[in-house]
Amino acid sequence: MSTRSNESMSLASPNPQDISVKKKVALGIGFLGLFILVLALANVNFPSQGLFLFISMGLIATGTILYANDLYLTKLEGIKNDELWFKSISSRGAWGWILGVILTAFYIVLYFKAELLGLGKDGAANTGLIALFDPLSNLLSGRQASEWFVYGTLYTVAIFVFGYKFMLKYRHNRYQQLRTGSVMFFQLAFAFLIPEFMYRLNSDLPYNDLKLMWPLNYYSFDQWRVDGFLNTGTIGFLFLLFGIISIFVVSPILTYKYGKRWYCSWVCGCGGLAETAGDPFRSLSSKKMSAWKLERWLIHTVLVFSVVMTVGVIYTYLGYDPNKYWFTKDTFLLSVGIFLTAVFAVVMIFKRNELGKDAKYGAIGYFVVIALLAGIHYTGTTEEIFFVQAGTLRSAYGIYIGSIFSGVIGTGFYPILGNRAWCRFGCPMAAILGFQQRMFSKFRITTNGGQCISCGNCSTHCEMGIDVRSYAQKGENIVRSSCVGCGVCSAVCPRGVLKLENGSLEGRINPTEVLLGNDVDLMSLVNKK
Amino acid sequence: MEHIVIIGNGISGVTTARHIRKLSNHKITIISSETDHFFSRTALMYIYMGHMKYEHTKPYEDYFWKKNRISLKRGFVKTVQHSEKKLLFANGDVMEYDKLVLAVGSKSNKFGWPGQDLDGVQGLYNFQDLQALEKNAPNNESCKRAVIVGGGLIGIELAEMLHTRKIPVTFLVRENSFWNGVLPDGESQMITRHIKNHHIDLRLASNLKEILADDNGKARAVIITETGEELACDLVGLTAGVSPNVDFLKDSGIELGRGIKVNRFLETNIEDIYAIGDCAEQREAIGNRRPIEAVWYTGRMMGETLAQTICGNKTEYKPGHWFNSAKFFDIEYQTYGWVFSKPRENETHFHWKHQDDTKCITICTEVSSGKFLGINTFGIRMRHEVFDRWLTEERTTDFIIKHLLEANFDPEFYKKMEPQILLAYNQQTVNA
Repeated sequence: MSTRSNESMSLASPNPQDISVKKKVALGIGFLGLFILVLALANVNFPSQGLFLFISMGLIATGTILYANDLYLTKLEGIKNDELWFKSISSRGAWGWILGVILTAFYIVLYFKAELLGLGKDGAANTGLIALFDPLSNLLSGRQASEWFVYGTLYTVAIFVFGYKFMLKYRHNRYQQLRTGSVMFFQLAFAFLIPEFMYRLNSDLPYNDLKLMWPLNYYSFDQWRVDGFLNTGTIGFLFLLFGIISIFVVSPILTYKYGKRWYCSWVCGCGGLAETAGDPFRSLSSKKMSAWKLERWLIHTVLVFSVVMTVGVIYTYLGYDPNKYWFTKDTFLLSVGIFLTAVFAVVMIFKRNELGKDAKYGAIGYFVVIALLAGIHYTGTTEEIFFVQAGTLRSAYGIYIGSIFSGVIGTGFYPILGNRAWCRFGCPMAAILGFQQRMFSKFRITTNGGQCISCGNCSTHCEMGIDVRSYAQKGENIVRSSCVGCGVCSAVCPRGVLKLENGSLEGRINPTEVLLGNDVDLMSLVNKK
Repeated sequence: MEHIVIIGNGISGVTTARHIRKLSNHKITIISSETDHFFSRTALMYIYMGHMKYEHTKPYEDYFWKKNRISLKRGFVKTVQHSEKKLLFANGDVMEYDKLVLAVGSKSNKFGWPGQDLDGVQGLYNFQDLQALEKNAPNNESCKRAVIVGGGLIGIELAEMLHTRKIPVTFLVRENSFWNGVLPDGESQMITRHIKNHHIDLRLASNLKEILADDNGKARAVIITETGEELACDLVGLTAGVSPNVDFLKDSGIELGRGIKVNRFLETNIEDIYAIGDCAEQREAIGNRRPIEAVWYTGRMMGETLAQTICGNKTEYKPGHWFNSAKFFDIEYQTYGWVFSKPRENETHFHWKHQDDTKCITICTEVSSGKFLGINTFGIRMRHEVFDRWLTEERTTDFIIKHLLEANFDPEFYKKMEPQILLAYNQQTVNA
């Protein structure tokens, strides 16, 4: 009996239908574009790099667009998940693993062996793949391309072409369309173009993606960067100020009003790639209770690490020059401690009941951070905290969290762990926004009375691994830290049960035992608290 | 501590078990011959279409049952011996119970068509039906055409499923417009057009005469009564409704009608035996409801209610306002209150349809009082809570139309149809 089987039930062959001729042509065009990149990587000399880069990107875009058109425009508007679990690439089949290995290898080379891509070191001219991007980089910022420029270009192209595909897939759904348009815009303007133009205006200004906030941007407060801003006059100072205001003012207000989705699925670059290129892999995230438990430990550990690392880094350089930084080491540590204590106190006073058993973990987390801050105070010098170089701590974070977790695993493992592995298990920014979303936000996903049929579409297609159904079938609103508000659960629900909403805090969390539709006396008997 | 045995691990049986566990320390056993664990039958179609795998359709992880001390037994109950409070299984096992809950569901209707038991002829109700479908219609090479007989909710689901594997579908529907025994004409006609837009060969006012076999005893064609046409096919889907799965109870002494006869406490004629869900038949229909309600929601509600009775708080089954939902290919359908296919005495219908032909509503009003009786909505999501409240408050249709936006449940940024609806409503009122 095959009910235990996890396989597709198909007996003949898990049979995605033969792809149409149009799709084959489209795939051919796209791969031709990729092939140009491979040739460049193999140091083939193109007569005009600019032209060939343009041709390559053009072919990739054309191929994807033609493919998407044939895939979606040939059908009526509606939910398009047919054959998702039959296709090798989206169900951890052979193609999924192959793609995973290629992506992972790319990220490892990008982060740790960029010279293999043709990066010219110490002022040498670029070769290979990176040289192909030189003309574009020169055009935008007037300097030769770096591996990050190559990555940024490919990243932006990916968000655009797969964003187009996603918009066709959900062409009946304006929420999805606007959201996708938004991540496309923020990627192109904020992450890609503006920093390059800023460099043209003032080449001393550090690269600054205005929407990339600390702690997602873990190097926000590195000394070289802060110095870079402070040394570039008013504009640099404004950038620094904007960064700080974003964290402490803009983000809390927007998260209060709309939930963390305003960032995670409307603005963020990591989210942008996950929602577009990563869309076919969203269903691979684990919905098990055990995965949720792991998630909570992991993401909060990363958050603590990033806070302590950042505080440590700032602490060490504050001592260098008392005239430059009006903050002293001790006032800085003290203000961090006071801020965290205030947050902790507010939560414990006003939200103690909502926290339940988690209050204990919250308290443990708080005291660990405070103890670490005290540790910094007692062991810190201008170089070291805890007897190691603050710089060492910072580079450990950069390598293990910034590169390996968010890049290699976060994106390289899309076809294995799903498209939001980093956002779910690692991102410290998501942890902070999620904490606020859970505690102080109007956002929730409302369930529609007793209409749920427990089919499981919502849970299956939740990229954050939330078991949405477990709430919906109880008629309970979904208020979860991790929800990025992508809206796909609501879209795929066949019975119109789920709606993303911003409403009053009153009754936002509403567990019920007997659902709407039954005897009213029974409902009030069983649901009374 | 009593031993409560529940036959059937569908939504009714499982809801009962969960609520009994919340309320008591009774020993609970759920028996199923279908699957080891509870899964959502309404999601069977999505497994075939590749949206989900079987494991995704299980609403609880496998550890849930042990954690909540609910034993699961896989087996087929052949006989209920109520005098000794014993169940006899097909494989010879015996189980004793103190209280027995029959939540045995339905089976697909067969109306005595010649050839209805041939290989390649099947219904779509349980897990085994899905397995059969994978065998009968894995792709459009081994299944060159499928014929579906019976135009209800399961028939249209089967059509959608087969369509995703590019299997040509002929859909025989007895009525002269899809599901118009239930839906008012405007809605029925819109869905009829939507089915055709999906390239389904929909044959209205057509009945199945017989199914023809090939040399191996497998269905090879059907003959249509009205035209006498012979249609070659490899699969015949029988989706002309379901009826209670009660054959095994025939000589048990439990009173049967079409289903298992129960009173308002969901008790059968035999003490300590109860029946809920699809298989239960109310001795007298409740309000406008049918005596047998084969609907997910009512199964769940009966489970919620019966658990109270079994745990000592004897509770009548008193369902609230009627509601239901479905999806016809890409068009979602919800209903609150009562809208019949034709206005009954002292009733009138207001119908509005969007020009894109995928959204419409029908509101039923009591003529003498202007009271709102029910709404069908297609392609527009509405809030259950709001309509439930309006029905309780006995609001007028004028009020409903004016406040319709409060009930809207569409995703954010969707274009709101309510102003158009209000306009149409006012115009018809002026004209009338």
